[in-house]
Amino acid sequence: MNDLPLGMLLAGILATAAPLIIAALGETITERAGVINLSLDGSMLLAAMVGFMVGYETQSFLLAFAAAAAVGALVAGVVAVFGIYLGQLQVAVGFALTLMCRDLAYFLGNPYSRLQGPQLVPLKIPLLGDIPLVGPVLFQQPLVVYFGLLLVPAVWWYLYRTGRGLELRAVGENPEAAYTRGIDPRRQQLLYTLIGGALVGIAGAAYSLDIKPGWGRPQGIEGLGWIALAIVIFGGWHPVKVALGALLFAFLQVFGITLQSVWPSIPAQVFQVAPFPLMIFALVLVNLLQRDGVQRWLERRPGLALLLARLRGAPPRALGRSFHPD
Amino acid sequence: MQIELRQISKRFGRFEALKGIDLTVASGTIHGIVGENGAGKSTLMKILTGYLGRSAGHILLDGREVACDSPASAAREGIGMLYQEPQDFPPLTVLDNFIVGRDGPGDANRARQRRRLRELADRVHFHLDPDAPLQQLTVGERQQLEFLRLLGREARVLILDEPTTGISDRQKGLLFEALRRIRDDGRTILLVSHKLEDVEALCDRVTVLRQGRVSGEESAPFHLPRLLQLMFEAPEGTAPPAAVPTRSRRHRPGEPILRFDRVSAPGERTGLHHCSLTIHRGEVVGLAGLSGSGQGLFLRLAAALIDAREGEVRFHGRRLGSDDHRAFRRSGGSFLPADRLEEGLIPGFTIQDHFALADGIPARRARQRARQAIERFDIRGRPDTPAEALSGGNQQRLLLSLIPEQADLILLENPSRGLDVASAEWVWGHLRGQYAQRGAIVFSSAELDEILAIADRVLVFHEGRVVRDLSGDAIDYHQVAAAMTGH
Repeated sequence: MNDLPLGMLLAGILATAAPLIIAALGETITERAGVINLSLDGSMLLAAMVGFMVGYETQSFLLAFAAAAAVGALVAGVVAVFGIYLGQLQVAVGFALTLMCRDLAYFLGNPYSRLQGPQLVPLKIPLLGDIPLVGPVLFQQPLVVYFGLLLVPAVWWYLYRTGRGLELRAVGENPEAAYTRGIDPRRQQLLYTLIGGALVGIAGAAYSLDIKPGWGRPQGIEGLGWIALAIVIFGGWHPVKVALGALLFAFLQVFGITLQSVWPSIPAQVFQVAPFPLMIFALVLVNLLQRDGVQRWLERRPGLALLLARLRGAPPRALGRSFHPD
Repeated sequence: MQIELRQISKRFGRFEALKGIDLTVASGTIHGIVGENGAGKSTLMKILTGYLGRSAGHILLDGREVACDSPASAAREGIGMLYQEPQDFPPLTVLDNFIVGRDGPGDANRARQRRRLRELADRVHFHLDPDAPLQQLTVGERQQLEFLRLLGREARVLILDEPTTGISDRQKGLLFEALRRIRDDGRTILLVSHKLEDVEALCDRVTVLRQGRVSGEESAPFHLPRLLQLMFEAPEGTAPPAAVPTRSRRHRPGEPILRFDRVSAPGERTGLHHCSLTIHRGEVVGLAGLSGSGQGLFLRLAAALIDAREGEVRFHGRRLGSDDHRAFRRSGGSFLPADRLEEGLIPGFTIQDHFALADGIPARRARQRARQAIERFDIRGRPDTPAEALSGGNQQRLLLSLIPEQADLILLENPSRGLDVASAEWVWGHLRGQYAQRGAIVFSSAELDEILAIADRVLVFHEGRVVRDLSGDAIDYHQVAAAMTGH
């Protein structure tokens, strides 16, 4: 940390976290409606490739992100149609798509390998960007980082403060009951799977147009789709906690790179891989809190209990289970 | 609104649940639908609300044919239903549950909806905390909330499927008063019940169903033997079935089986506080109390499904901890929860599968066991009928048939919930005959009459405490009723 100013470190964490936040929030929306879209790891890669390709050909970021969102929504749409309407196992369909999308991305993206393409530049917000420390961290970032950060309160607001958000959660908890109340659960699930998929697509393009610009094999974002899925669980399906989980993972990644320069004797791979087991460890910790024994132990420690209670979250009860009206 | 059903039929696979039902309900009346378990009452009502599709038949409202092919389309016609199993969202709050739905006027403005909920609750004297998570409420309270919601949606036709199960006499009185009031406002009410007293108290007219057909219609005032005859096809002149076998007042407890020593646990509405008592071989113990006063916790602690925070539970002298339900079962315990489909049976598993799972036997032998049980327990189904396709009474029979023969502690939560008189009588006859001598039976019930008729020892729960422990001739209706309400 000696040669890196704190500001740059924090800005790096935020930039690294942004696509992860977007993808994890997309999956949060989908899962809160009761659908598991497991295809993230593949669809993010495919969207990254398509985003880069469109950006390279048209030099338009708008078109590039729109195309990436469309790819994400399309893959999610396959999960939705097979899972919700044709009654197939959502997890199985999603997993098959993960593998297919990855291969498809490398196959179709081959001509665009190692080309110099467009890259998002940081956008400094007037006045706010000049505040010392805070300015460079929060207000001199590429557009996609602002998008990711604003998405957190937006998703929270939608889920917890609007009637449609309430319906979304209701469908994910008990689609039968929602059906008796005049709601069409399958249409809602289709809609939110598509929206979640579009966000995953945008996250993919955020990598190829900003964080790890360009296209090549390996792209260097393999595994992040699975991490996004894990972060949704880590965050207890709550958008704010999910975003915090993404920040924690980004912190571990950036911190690892920094530590590497402090201890050059430790192999670089250790720092590259460390965030993944640490994430699993954090997941175990969060889930451990759900156990009765731990709860009872915590009752004697009110301060800690209050803090940890904020970390708890239960999955939507109908998660992954398809609803079929008679 | 006048409702006319013409030749409604419904098949589930090869099973014909409804065989051409004709029914006319006059506008502004309370119309009862009665019948034995499995007669088709709930199915018919679910067809009227569009939850189930019909195989054939027409629905007319005020003489106009309507589709009613989904709950949404039925709601547009002003039809609302209070389902027997609450159709709600346990992790959400009371207020959220009140708001969700597109089945009538309403909006997502929380302040406005909060006021509306309070107004409606005040009107019928219900007390619900709008910010409590629904999972902390009892089934009775969840039903109250759903009832209020339907009132708020301004349903013109209100269908209630067994609305008086699991609620106290006072709540029942309030509900009936509210129902009469909204009938006088010109709304039409369909009341599905197996309790003839409810029907007598409320209904203007009654249709009796038997095995998927209309077996008769009567107008108030009702002649009880006539209704029973229509329900059970007993020949004219014979006495109606006795309510339940009477209890033997001879109370000679044997060795202790289950012992609670200063047990406390959180949960339900009230928790359970410092409960100490012993249950002996040969006892039939009734747990009385308003719903959610700690009886459910008591049963789940005894079954080692939840863990005591303080004190200890001993079963056959062995201390039960958390996750000891397997040990509980192995040492001869059995627990039948009130929510049969959620906790007791496995939806999607057939009758045969349940035997294969319970006894750890291969499919062919399980099929044989299932056949025997269907015969012996008179379950209306086949070995390959899925559990969720059985009616409530038949689900209960299946659960009973799954109890191992050598069991010596039977815990039952509201065992006759949703059962008609004949089924309840059968259940108690079976339980007494099979287990009362060899072991102990502990049951909770929302019906005080049932407890007084069956139990030879009564524990009265109030606010999470056992406030009376009465045996034999000391059991007295007024004393128990007073203790339940805290006197």
